Amino acid sequence: MNRLDGRLGFLSALPLVLVLLLSFLAPMAVVALFSVMPQKVFSIANMPDFSAYSLFFSQGYYKSLLWSLGMALTATIILLLICWPLAYAMAKVFGRFGLVLTVAVVMSLFVSENIRLFGWVLTLMKGGLIEGHLRAWTGLSFESPLYDVPIIIFGLVYVYLPFMLFPLAQGIAMVPDDTRQAAYDLGASRSQVLWQIEVPLAAPGIVVGSLLTFVLAAGALAESKILGGQAVIAIADDIETAFTFGQNWPLGSALSMILIVIIGGLALFGVSKVDLDAIMGRKR
Amino acid sequence: MPTSRSTRIVLYVYGVLVIAFLYIPLVSVGFASVSKARYLTFPIKRYSTKWYGEALGSSTVSELLTTSMTVAVLVTVISVVVAFFGALAFARYHWRFRTTFQKLILLPIFFPQTVLGLALLMWFNSLGIIPTWKTAVVAHLVWIAPIATLIVAIRAYSFDPALEEAARDMGAGTFTILREITLPLLMPGLVSAGLFAFLLSWGNFPLSLFTTGADSTLPEWLYAKMVSGYSPLVPTLGVMSVVGSFVLIIAAFAVARLLRANKETSAVQD
Repeated sequence: MNRLDGRLGFLSALPLVLVLLLSFLAPMAVVALFSVMPQKVFSIANMPDFSAYSLFFSQGYYKSLLWSLGMALTATIILLLICWPLAYAMAKVFGRFGLVLTVAVVMSLFVSENIRLFGWVLTLMKGGLIEGHLRAWTGLSFESPLYDVPIIIFGLVYVYLPFMLFPLAQGIAMVPDDTRQAAYDLGASRSQVLWQIEVPLAAPGIVVGSLLTFVLAAGALAESKILGGQAVIAIADDIETAFTFGQNWPLGSALSMILIVIIGGLALFGVSKVDLDAIMGRKR
Repeated sequence: MPTSRSTRIVLYVYGVLVIAFLYIPLVSVGFASVSKARYLTFPIKRYSTKWYGEALGSSTVSELLTTSMTVAVLVTVISVVVAFFGALAFARYHWRFRTTFQKLILLPIFFPQTVLGLALLMWFNSLGIIPTWKTAVVAHLVWIAPIATLIVAIRAYSFDPALEEAARDMGAGTFTILREITLPLLMPGLVSAGLFAFLLSWGNFPLSLFTTGADSTLPEWLYAKMVSGYSPLVPTLGVMSVVGSFVLIIAAFAVARLLRANKETSAVQD
């Protein structure tokens, strides 16, 4: 039986492994190879040099990376604070309303990110949904918050909310009510229960949610382009420009590699800390 | 300590506010789509549905919709097949590299999609493949097939392997077991994975951006118009795309409900 299981497992993993081998791992290898090619070549049949990486420092690309990482970190922290009470309520307080909330959040995910961000432009611009109506009704006016750094972070918070909310709710659902009750019975205060019972036991959900939001936000492009109007350049934007207008594939590849190493390292670290079988509801 | 009544009320209000927060931009897009003016300002002075007429009559729009639809359908079919087997390897069978496999699947989901798209562009280029909508199907699969697998895996975790073992003890072959036992048990997971796959592919932009070549999907076209100056068709097409997805979701729920009702009545009749 066990040998059969082993063979069936291998066989049924095959299609997906093939897909990922041919369209994920192989392309990554190509990026890695291109990143050590001399500038502005379009094939990997050249003598390797590391000139593209030196541009990262000399041309100031590290600034974009720092901006991206900084904005992603800020958005992650804000999302943790915003989502915690809601995730708690979804796991422990809301009954049917939790389902309504889940459906509403999932449905919003199916609307292209572009359309939703564009909707915020229409909402917040001068003469937009908010300012336009305010001026028409009260005569008051305010400057549009668009095209600045805070609005980019706002966009990241908006777009990646579901990626924090669901893992967090899943994590909090893993905290047994009895444990919490016992702590209260023994005289623990609210904050003691939070820091010593809930946070440690919900840690897998917190780790997955924070990692997912941080990683996705660090590689995000549309928020800074549509809402930020290039107030700051995100690293993904630099990568895109290097490939398209710059026609400099080695530079784009080197910038990608730097991002990949940071993100991949974080993702691997997080994934290795978490027991997937437990989070996904293994019953046996 | 049970949550007090006032805390509960605050939490409900908070939940409603978050839902409102998620949907405000769509309200703006909806209003913008029925404004008559070429350059939009709120409050809207005159309403008209003329942009919808223009969108429906435009050949560019029908081309965009055809491309997006073809890509999404192919991605859905392939993802569901791959996810069916992938989920079994993920959750059901005990085999040597299972945990490695689980981690491999998560990697593309954690990846910045723009970078994935660019990496694929270079990969296709070094293979001598010219990008068209077909390469976009491959690009979507890298990200969507793992997600579909996770969705089916949740279902696969909850089924009892004893059912398969019983069938095997009674002499059923592997193929028969898959068809008669495993497939029906995983069906709800496969349906929701298919729905997710279709909708995620339909709305995807960062993966399409570099991999469609001269073809263009709907989200790509919308993005190009948003960045390079306004077109009154942007909100209109946005609304059409959103309404299309929501209709599909509601239809899927209705069909699922009907099937369940059917099953129950036929069970009663049996």
